[in-house]
Amino acid sequence: MNVSVRQRDGVTILDLKGKLTLGSGEQALRTTLQDELGKGASKVIINLKDVTTIDSTGVGELVGTYTTVTNRGAKLKLAALPAKLQDILTITQLITVFDVYDTEDEAIGSF
Amino acid sequence: MASARLPDLTMPLEHRFHLGIGSRFENIELVQVVLKDSLERLGLDEDARHWVDIAVREAVANAIKHGNRQDPTKRVEVDLGLDGGSLVIRVEDEGAGFEPGEVSNPLAPENLLKPSGRGIFYMRSFMDEVQYGLRPEGGTVVTLRKRLPGSGADREPSGRQEQGEKSE
Repeated sequence: MNVSVRQRDGVTILDLKGKLTLGSGEQALRTTLQDELGKGASKVIINLKDVTTIDSTGVGELVGTYTTVTNRGAKLKLAALPAKLQDILTITQLITVFDVYDTEDEAIGSF
Repeated sequence: MASARLPDLTMPLEHRFHLGIGSRFENIELVQVVLKDSLERLGLDEDARHWVDIAVREAVANAIKHGNRQDPTKRVEVDLGLDGGSLVIRVEDEGAGFEPGEVSNPLAPENLLKPSGRGIFYMRSFMDEVQYGLRPEGGTVVTLRKRLPGSGADREPSGRQEQGEKSE
């Protein structure tokens, strides 16, 4: 998995690419996020458009980012979920926990 | 827990596979590569292949992590075959044995935001049947079944319904 960071309209956007699965370097999401929060990020979007596969470990990482961001008083939104990623979050009832948007633009507009 | 009754995996040799891996997370990808090829040849569509892939990923991950506790000298054995009209994938480890009844429900409100504990739930959601057993020589064997389309065993809607283990 690859994580890259960019800023857009005062929002920190994390672009994930590839597999968000056990053994894929999935911890990079957590460490990148902690770096950004340490730099003062208060509005964060994870753009999941290019995530091809997610397993329970990857879901756990997303849950972990949600709790980390929320505990810091910052806000996290998920954007552009591929259908299968949406399915896997839906069956574990997490889709209602996360603030999910179809597009990055909608997610930015929601802050 | 009853000891596992291992299915007789009868199918043309070119469709079967057995793969033994050391208990390293990077070997999960190795299983996926071999599995992908077999699932394509069995005629599963892209969606079905994706969900079987996730279920097997979870089973192998559990075998490495919780079964063999990432001891690279301990092996995980993966077998794929056909049993009646179903695809059967068997994953065995050399751990202390596992009782799935001990796993908490990931949908319970107090568990919803836990970072772990969803693997078995996903396996049960994506396969038609998930059975746990103990190997006579020690370790856990998990058997995953998925009815194949057109086999006559696929009249019920396949996919996301949850099913419990069957003790035999």
